[in-house]
Amino acid sequence: MTVKAGTLLAYAKKNMMVIALVVVVILFAVGTSGRILYAQNINNLISQNGYVFVLASGMLLCILTGGNIDLAVGSVVCFTGAVGTVMMAKNLPSGVAVLVMLLIGLAIGMFQGFWIAWISVPPFIATLAGMYAFRGLSNVVLNGYAVGINNVSFLNIFGGGADCYIPDFIGKGGFNVTCMLVGVIGMALYVILSVRSWAVRKKKGIGSTNVTADVVRLVIVSALILWIAYKLSNYKGIPSVLVWIALVLLVYGYITRNTAIGRYFYAVGGNEKATRLSGVNTKLVYFIAYANMGFLAALAGILTVARASSAQPTYGQGYEMDAIAACFIGGASAYGGVGKITGVIIGATLMGIINQGMSIMGISANYQRAVKGVVLLVAVLFDVLSKKEKA
Amino acid sequence: MAKILLEMKNITKTFPGVKALDNVNLQVEEGEIHALVGENGAGKSTLMNVLSGIYPYGTYEGDIVYNGEVCKFNTIKDSESRGIVIIHQELALVPEMSIGENMYLGNERGRKAAIDWDTTYAEADKYLKMVGLTESSKVLVKEIGTGKQQLVEIAKALAKNAKLLILDEPTSSLNEEDSRALLDLMLGFKKQGMTMIIISHKLNEVAYVSDKITVVRDGSTIETLDCHGSEPISEDRIIKGMVGREITNRFPKRENVAVGEINMEVDHWTVHHPLYPERKVVDDVSMYVRKGEVVGIYGLMGAGRTELAMSIFGQSYGTLTAGTLKIDGKEVRLRKTPTDAIKHKIAYVTEDRKGNGLVLSQSIKVNTSLANLDSIASRTVIDKDREYQVAEEYRDKLNIKTPTVEQLVGNLSGGNQQKVLLAKWMFAEPDILILDEPTRGIDVGAKYEIYCIINDLAAAGKSVIMISSELPEVLAMSDRIYIMNASKIVGEMKASEATQENIMAAILKSGRGD
Repeated sequence: MTVKAGTLLAYAKKNMMVIALVVVVILFAVGTSGRILYAQNINNLISQNGYVFVLASGMLLCILTGGNIDLAVGSVVCFTGAVGTVMMAKNLPSGVAVLVMLLIGLAIGMFQGFWIAWISVPPFIATLAGMYAFRGLSNVVLNGYAVGINNVSFLNIFGGGADCYIPDFIGKGGFNVTCMLVGVIGMALYVILSVRSWAVRKKKGIGSTNVTADVVRLVIVSALILWIAYKLSNYKGIPSVLVWIALVLLVYGYITRNTAIGRYFYAVGGNEKATRLSGVNTKLVYFIAYANMGFLAALAGILTVARASSAQPTYGQGYEMDAIAACFIGGASAYGGVGKITGVIIGATLMGIINQGMSIMGISANYQRAVKGVVLLVAVLFDVLSKKEKA
Repeated sequence: MAKILLEMKNITKTFPGVKALDNVNLQVEEGEIHALVGENGAGKSTLMNVLSGIYPYGTYEGDIVYNGEVCKFNTIKDSESRGIVIIHQELALVPEMSIGENMYLGNERGRKAAIDWDTTYAEADKYLKMVGLTESSKVLVKEIGTGKQQLVEIAKALAKNAKLLILDEPTSSLNEEDSRALLDLMLGFKKQGMTMIIISHKLNEVAYVSDKITVVRDGSTIETLDCHGSEPISEDRIIKGMVGREITNRFPKRENVAVGEINMEVDHWTVHHPLYPERKVVDDVSMYVRKGEVVGIYGLMGAGRTELAMSIFGQSYGTLTAGTLKIDGKEVRLRKTPTDAIKHKIAYVTEDRKGNGLVLSQSIKVNTSLANLDSIASRTVIDKDREYQVAEEYRDKLNIKTPTVEQLVGNLSGGNQQKVLLAKWMFAEPDILILDEPTRGIDVGAKYEIYCIINDLAAAGKSVIMISSELPEVLAMSDRIYIMNASKIVGEMKASEATQENIMAAILKSGRGD
């Protein structure tokens, strides 16, 4: 089948950041003589950036409602983490601590969402206030000190300490059979669901506009799942944090694509007045976006303190910016109404790889930040320019 | 024969994939008002952008001869320095700055580092007087109405020493009175020797001010009509040039008119302004609509028509202080949300499709389903295949011209956008449709199609309320007409008894209440 050059170009433009990601991976693969593709490094990439995936999923919803951001998430990560850590330090069960952390996060999100949705406080200001307040309160809770976590079941479940992998139920040491099996099943599910949805659409006479593109995507994604599973199997298996990341991405991917509330985030960001006049409670939409952000910030807080096995008053600093950057690099519009969870995955992965690649190459952290800044600017520039061409 | 001030010769302008202008010729005599008419997208604005240097010399083919010289403009500044000043359709004023500051923005008096405010305001006041404004130039722009803002734009142009003034849809956001004042001002300028080009959709206005009319269609100049010929130019004559065929019938015939029971009725409906609670925007209005009936509400802009409609639609405008709403004879009290109105089968199709109607960054599909997502979702999960089919169904039914329903609404023409907006509300399955200026800013062909849709809706037993400020449209489409002026209903008549004259008489008799 021949594909016209024009369609190919349009397709490339649409998937600009995917191409950028591939180019960056190749560059670093060369720069680090292949070390960045070692199983251990792929494992680290996932566990080090878990919080970005989680926070960016929530941030995407806020950004969708009209380019609104939540600056408080870093502080909320720290605060919820601190509260839970202190609770566990006082020997309360981990289940209670986790529940309290999530509820506190949700409550903070609802509190900020209330001001933003019903009192019309600009989100930037409402969450800037939260950023200061919860940073301060984290210090209060922790008394300014680091507090350690000894609760083993908590660390196991949320991916901290040394033993933070899903145990290999089937294999006998060495290659992790469970991990590979999960990968194969995951890929099979993905293929079956895709093909089934094609079949249904074909039966109803709704043809896909670009079958080649669909097939190419199916093959690439399947291969990627298998490859990651294979790599992780050669290391220590599935890091527990990956389970949480996957869960969050799947759930939020589904919400944004297939549910009415997901649709409303896009509609409000695209035209708030039109959406309100279509009978949608737009204030509730803003409220839900921020309440949800608080909830996910708490989850990120749990993952953060679990990974470090401790809570410190400085944790979570700058996390809000990582989440925002991941969304924008992933193609979310700074004016709202446009953006996808798949974009978040690409944005977060791209930033993670740049960090890690440069670390492996021994480039100092200061330069890493500078490069991150440039990447963000270039990514948004692509977006703006491609839109300008269309107009 | 007077001197030719401007001649645009064989102008051709291509955008990637589109020939926007194809060998366009335009001749404007000194001291005349020259109208440029054509459907949306015919190329009028592109031509003016070529003239004013927005598309610099070299990006188009052909010559601009101005005052006997071939001009090569690279920026707006170049054309302005020669006295060619364009006033765009969208007002380009900064609301938080004073009139004077706005007029000399980018053209400051005094030295660059030290603006001479005394000269600025003195000169600004002088030009304001010329356009008939008594406001001080120190007043902030946000404090004056749209009509006066348009005049400030003209004063701003005069301050640039305009010799050739181009007005792009200058009256599109003005009410009838302000429009008339503006047109008279133009005629006054003409007497003083100014040359003007006006772009407008409002053919009655074009006929009122113009000396010559050039018709543009599909990127070519079709003809130039002389308004001072032996016969006056009729609107039908202009339209014929615009659409390229004789319009024998601008309005489709209503068939199967079967008017039933009273479906919705409002009594003593009174609404106050959201910001100035002492101001009544709808004053003691009583009206009703029957099943299968098309009721026209005619009134000038600012008469309170949109306010009436939006307040019925779940109080989405203003504060309701008195009045009852009955649906099928039963009184209903709607909560203050459009959701409740939609539940009671009322739909409001806004006059402002870009601002209040459509999500431009989303697809036709998403916009079509937005007001009734629940019907294609089970437990909030959207059946996307069903959604696609619904969108396809309405695309067929309303003849929305697009390759796919995944197309972003922002990329559609005005007429197709209006159809998507109608599709959205038809899919909400209302019994009562309030259509607010359903044909504003769309071309003649699309208008006809919208009229057909309205007739179909009525034939299907829906109650249609059509708000419009175009008299011929109201007269031709309605079964019954309410006339609204200064927040009140000042007349009601059957369409068979209504004429242009007695409708205007009803308005004049009521006087202007403010």
